[in-house]
Amino acid sequence: MDAALAITQLLNGLQLGVLLFLLASGLTLVFGIMDFVNLAHGAFYMVGAFISATLTLWLGSFVLGVLLAIPLVVLVGIVTEVIAVRSLYLRDHLDHVLATFGLILIFDELTHIIWGPAGIAVPLPSWLQGQVEVLPEIVLPTYRLVIIGAGILVAGGLYYIVNHTKLGMLIRAGASNRTMVGALGVDVKTLFTLVFALGAALAGLAGMLIAPITEASIGMGNDIIITAFVVIIVGGIGSMKGAFIAAIIIGLIDTLGRSFLDDVFKLFLGDIAAETSAPAISAMLIYILMAVVLTFRPQGLFPPKVR
Amino acid sequence: MITDMGLRGWAILAMLVLLAVGPYAAYLAGHAFYLDLATRLLCLAIAAVSLNLILGYGGMISFGHAAYIGLGAYCVGIPAYYEYTSGFLQFPLAVGVCALFALVTGALCLRTKGVYFIMITMAFSQMAFFLFVSLEEYGADDGLTIDYRSEFGGLLDFESNVTLYYVCFFSLLAAIYLVHRIVNSRFGMAIQGIRSNEQRMRAIGYNTYVYRLVCYVVSGAMCGYAGALLGNFTSFISPEMMDWTRSGELMFMVILGGTGSLFGPVLGALGFLVLEDQLAELWLHWKLVFGIILIVTVLFARGGIDGILRKLEERWRG
Repeated sequence: MDAALAITQLLNGLQLGVLLFLLASGLTLVFGIMDFVNLAHGAFYMVGAFISATLTLWLGSFVLGVLLAIPLVVLVGIVTEVIAVRSLYLRDHLDHVLATFGLILIFDELTHIIWGPAGIAVPLPSWLQGQVEVLPEIVLPTYRLVIIGAGILVAGGLYYIVNHTKLGMLIRAGASNRTMVGALGVDVKTLFTLVFALGAALAGLAGMLIAPITEASIGMGNDIIITAFVVIIVGGIGSMKGAFIAAIIIGLIDTLGRSFLDDVFKLFLGDIAAETSAPAISAMLIYILMAVVLTFRPQGLFPPKVR
Repeated sequence: MITDMGLRGWAILAMLVLLAVGPYAAYLAGHAFYLDLATRLLCLAIAAVSLNLILGYGGMISFGHAAYIGLGAYCVGIPAYYEYTSGFLQFPLAVGVCALFALVTGALCLRTKGVYFIMITMAFSQMAFFLFVSLEEYGADDGLTIDYRSEFGGLLDFESNVTLYYVCFFSLLAAIYLVHRIVNSRFGMAIQGIRSNEQRMRAIGYNTYVYRLVCYVVSGAMCGYAGALLGNFTSFISPEMMDWTRSGELMFMVILGGTGSLFGPVLGALGFLVLEDQLAELWLHWKLVFGIILIVTVLFARGGIDGILRKLEERWRG
């Protein structure tokens, strides 16, 4: 286990953590305010990736592609909310889960119809492709640093919006008492649409950022969304701070577990035993963490104060 | 029930008769495809019946039931890989492993409520999925081929598709009977009471946690049995069987048929597979239609097929 590899993996873990935060923040926001469980949240991740991929290939610029894709994903979010999601708020969680599962099928097939079955690779501009020498002898890929930077920037922006703007005030007020906010004359319907669209945009951005690494593909949101669920379960559903901390922890544990668990196991077990058991255990690591957190704190690490 | 069979009763009876003779007749007529389709249907129907026990009667929204199908199937596949093909080993193993998995995960999941419960059941099933994806020895992502179906020492010949079909058929009847007995027992009444009002049940003096956990374990074990049958039938198993979207489909069947109805899940599984089979032939993008049907069912027909039959019956009788 040399230092360069350790730092690279640390960075990969941070990158996963940042992406998970972008997904989890939307989930937790929507749940905190509308009490709505959205399984189809991963669909916005996929849609974001596909739209930005198309725009990037079209315009020949990744940055422009992403910037133009964000309003489009917001639009997709608004349309989804108005057509399908709005009538579900008053239903129970079972209905949320089932209807949004139906939405996943619809989104996946629509993507299939529009973009075809194959994935789309997204080319990066040359200035993002290189590597940066951060410390002597430790070179890191520029783009991964960009993802982490962008993610932290968005997290900061989100923190500012939620804590220091009028919209943020409404969001916080809505999270603690929806009925009261409505009674005070706030247009709750529009607020809900806005929050849903904001969540969609955050998930879409995560998809756009990962697309150059993994390519945009159908169903890409379905795997990561479960990990995002684990994040908000560990962090405490409805808590922004919890989502951020849990996302980083889970990103790091998952990545580092997959790369170094066999080395750790070799300290205690024979080589063969370590090499066979490590992949299995590392695949389960974040779920084990979730189980441990639930055993001691069933409401997550940072449950929101008022619910 | 026999003296007063309404439209719904007749529909269910017709379905059972169809399942009892239809696929065999099709097989004899040279359409083996329908026997295969119906075998898959029966396996999934048993799984849906088991899910309905906790979802419909117990009010526990488990979004991870596909894990038990997969675990059950691997309990046939892994022993078969080491050439232990005895069904007397494989089936108890499947039931036992699934009961244990349900006990351990259920003990944790049931500490939580509402959305947490949904997401945690989902996460644990995904854990099982990733566990099998990482097991290189048993094919990982590529899956595992089962060369020999379970052997029952000459009692039953699973290599015959017809025998396997009827084993599945009678297993389904047994599963429905079991759920019927459970639901109408003192235990089942308590479970339904807990669904309606847990606080009140606790106040009366029930240990609601234990009741729900036992119900959860029974359901998991039953689903594991369905998985063992499905593994025998498909002869090829892969972690993909446990993917959370499979759990979603299972849930779709229960909702489509009607939650908290004894035969609802069977109707749902039938509806699901017939729709899938027919739509897939008509249009490449049939899943789009599926998604719309699911949303429409949730929004406008919460009783599912069974609910519609009930309503028709009421209207018919005036």
